[in-house]
Amino acid sequence: MPKDHGIGASMKRREDIRFLTGRGQYTDDVSLHGQTHAVMVRSTVAHGRIRSIDTSAAAAMPGVLAVFTGEDFKDMGGNPAGWLINSRDGTPMREPKRPVLAHGKVRHVGDAYAAVVAETYQQARDAAEQLAADAEIEELPAIVDMVAAVADSSNRVHDEIPDNLCFDWGWIEDNRAKVDAVFKSAPHVTTLELVNNRLIPNAMEPRASIGEYFPGTGDYKLTTTSQNPHLHRLLIAAFVMGIPENKLTVVAPDVGGGFGSKIYHYGEEAVVLAAAKKLGRPVRWTAERSESFLSDAHGRDHVTKIEMAATKEGEILAIRTETLANVGAYLSNFSTATPTFLHGTLMAGPYKVPNVYVNVKTVFTNTVPVDAYRGAGRPEATYSLERTIDKMCRELHLDPFEVRRKNLITPEMFPYTTPVGLAYDTGNYGATLDKAMEIGDVAGFEKRRAASAAKGKLRGMGLSTWIEACGIAPSHLVGVLGSRVGLYDAATVRVNATGNISVMTGAHSHGQSHETVFAQIVAEKLGVPESSVEIVHGDTSKIPFGMGSYGSRSLAVCGVAVTKAIDKIVAKGKKIAAHMLEAAEEDISFADGKFSVAGTDKAKTFGEIAFSAYVPHNYPLETLEPGLEETAFYDPANFTYPAGAYICEVEVDPETGKVDICSFACADDFGNIMNPMVVDGQVHGGVGQGIGQALLENTAYDENGQLLTGSYMDYAMPRASDVPFYTVDYSCQTPCTHNPLGVKGCGEAGAIGSPPAVVNAVIDALHRGGHTHVTHIDMPVSPSRVWSAING
Amino acid sequence: MQLTDHRDIAASPETVWASILDPEVLKACIPGCESLTGSPEAGYEAIVVQKVGPVKAKFTGVVTLSDMVAGQSLTITGEGKGGPAGFAKGGAKVALAPEAEGTRLSYDVEAHVGGKLAQLGSRIIDGFAKKLADEFFERFKTTVEGPAAPDEVPGEASGEEPGDAPSPEGGEAAQKKGWIKRVFGG
Repeated sequence: MPKDHGIGASMKRREDIRFLTGRGQYTDDVSLHGQTHAVMVRSTVAHGRIRSIDTSAAAAMPGVLAVFTGEDFKDMGGNPAGWLINSRDGTPMREPKRPVLAHGKVRHVGDAYAAVVAETYQQARDAAEQLAADAEIEELPAIVDMVAAVADSSNRVHDEIPDNLCFDWGWIEDNRAKVDAVFKSAPHVTTLELVNNRLIPNAMEPRASIGEYFPGTGDYKLTTTSQNPHLHRLLIAAFVMGIPENKLTVVAPDVGGGFGSKIYHYGEEAVVLAAAKKLGRPVRWTAERSESFLSDAHGRDHVTKIEMAATKEGEILAIRTETLANVGAYLSNFSTATPTFLHGTLMAGPYKVPNVYVNVKTVFTNTVPVDAYRGAGRPEATYSLERTIDKMCRELHLDPFEVRRKNLITPEMFPYTTPVGLAYDTGNYGATLDKAMEIGDVAGFEKRRAASAAKGKLRGMGLSTWIEACGIAPSHLVGVLGSRVGLYDAATVRVNATGNISVMTGAHSHGQSHETVFAQIVAEKLGVPESSVEIVHGDTSKIPFGMGSYGSRSLAVCGVAVTKAIDKIVAKGKKIAAHMLEAAEEDISFADGKFSVAGTDKAKTFGEIAFSAYVPHNYPLETLEPGLEETAFYDPANFTYPAGAYICEVEVDPETGKVDICSFACADDFGNIMNPMVVDGQVHGGVGQGIGQALLENTAYDENGQLLTGSYMDYAMPRASDVPFYTVDYSCQTPCTHNPLGVKGCGEAGAIGSPPAVVNAVIDALHRGGHTHVTHIDMPVSPSRVWSAING
Repeated sequence: MQLTDHRDIAASPETVWASILDPEVLKACIPGCESLTGSPEAGYEAIVVQKVGPVKAKFTGVVTLSDMVAGQSLTITGEGKGGPAGFAKGGAKVALAPEAEGTRLSYDVEAHVGGKLAQLGSRIIDGFAKKLADEFFERFKTTVEGPAAPDEVPGEASGEEPGDAPSPEGGEAAQKKGWIKRVFGG
């Protein structure tokens, strides 16, 4: 019988009570006395020199309180990149300043170069339109295409960077000569050139910020849509605005999805803070959906050539890739880590391939900055690998299931060090492959294919065996790799005098269900009901310094910090109990919410111990502080390595090119599971996003750098009718060996593993239908692309 | 977006040329043009109202004529700012060649849009620009060719060669009156 509470129970999400009844409190729901409204003025050209901005007319309009341009912020610091990447020749990456508001030049459509603050939103909007009309911006030729950007040094996104190149990174440079040598003598080489399409995150809640300034104390407060309030505070205080960290509070209340896009600090946040100080009134800004398209960091956007050397039997000997990665107009906070250490290090996949070399050139263009988006680098690596293995199997007439099985790292090989710098601690990739074949009913495929054929449809099956590195991240390792921050997390467990518990976490929940799942962990560990545990997050004045939620890290890093803090609570509780029960501390055991003396029936409940800690009348005050509150910081020893096998079945209509997903089977190894229902939801959501990338979503710019997919009329988000009922299994569990919960993380898995499964299935369908000339179709695999491939 | 087409106009190249340089003609032929002031030499300032898909905007901008070879060819360039709707800009290279029945007017049109127009209207912008160019040159042809028979109402003229209809009043003034009537449906 499944558990109904505690670790492993599918407890319903307590946050849904407010989310599903319209009682959530998002940034835009906050309404403050005396508040004012900011509207950004954004560039309509992709690349332009700001000749002049006449703010006088806008400033004189009704209700206008202040007008800001890049000039007002030019002495502030730049919004920094979080990782320093060195080029192959050892030179550091080029790091142009990213100002609060564009100054001198605008560099992408949507680049904010001015802001207007007024009494009402409409007044601010009217004045912003006036200001746009009074700004003289000389349009310059746009740099859109990455190949042209690198080739043409006369046209520059940043005047000081001649070839628009941020860095040229080799991973691992020492592997290169050996990899090249293997290719020279390889029995078979498969080559594939592919595009990992640029995606727009499209969180349901647009970004929003409210700045406040309290002249009496000199304190600032920012309420904003953040996945990591402490990281925001650090970036704004220490790097951009020069405010002492302890004079700035950042609050991220309910946040309606982030998918990476709300990790980063954006200029609007500094604008509302500076404006609040100037005006002495709260200043609020909420993005319109159009602004989200034009200013939220985009995802992916790689152009890759991958080569795979193999034996005629399909044993992979070496992998070599060359990638152009678009970083857009400026370096967003994680933009340099995403195409490198979250991508190149995964290029061995779950395979025992001995030789791998990855080259990534990151390129500045006049487009919206690109940064981590659900999966972040790992979907790009997985897609390249899994598409190429499939192509290799076709070229060699080998079975894609058997070839993968042949190359998978086997359980006895762990811990396994890859040629691209990671040490996988544990896994059983063959087990998830077997499970996927079982739940995906591979054996019954032929019958289903025949049924589809009878309807005139081409049916295909696609496989992807994926791995990711998450639980980001061990600080000692990422420090060596260029990270400018540590990536531990922190939690405080405060047992209140009446025995209920407040847990303050560095991790931020914006869809991840921390309020439910962390409470389950605390309840299990302390033997108390979940209802007595409250999870507090999202306010730097309440929570310890943790790094927030991204990279499938909340549970594997912050969740572990919670358990470490609980361990400290239990240890102190034992001391208190020993005193109260007049026993030796080592004779006290704690189980089911009771501290008892071994071998006796003497015991104190958790509530009694808590009460004693706060009303210390009978208490060892000479050796022990009163109170029951503990904080733990946890820095993981390694990444965690979730892995799995996904099987997608599609039907292709050869008349129209339309692809329908018939079934999608996911067999994942996430280690131990805290709440199966939440894991189901994460996998469903991730695979849905992956299917969106594979079939529908694409970000299109024209040659002038105009965003052509700037609304839901042109940017195709997946709808319920585009996705199937998923078959999800996570029964293959190899618990993580280096964290006490044995958890690995599941937030990004679906978005990482699914795109190649979909595309492999489409190519498979076309081949089975006789269209064997089709070797690849770039995502999104839209009806027009499929039809053109069939008929091309 | 680019587009190339031509119109055969039943008027001499000299008449066609003179019409191109006539701001009144330009104003009447630019769809949605609310005002046009200036001269061929100095360029024009124009206000044009257009609706592209979901975006309706008033564009203020400049129209310049360049590369002028009298009676033969010129380039018309326009750039309009539509405020929050974004901007549109484009140009038409126009060439005139004498034909037996009059003049062949050939044109190469290039159009670009930016801002919200591009973000929201990109699917329809090519068709829209083609429609706009067709409308402009069709109006221009009609204008230059002059009025049809006085009792003729729009729609009944189909199948007839408007150029064949004799001008009842003759002369430039009558011609102008005729095209105003046509353009404004009078």
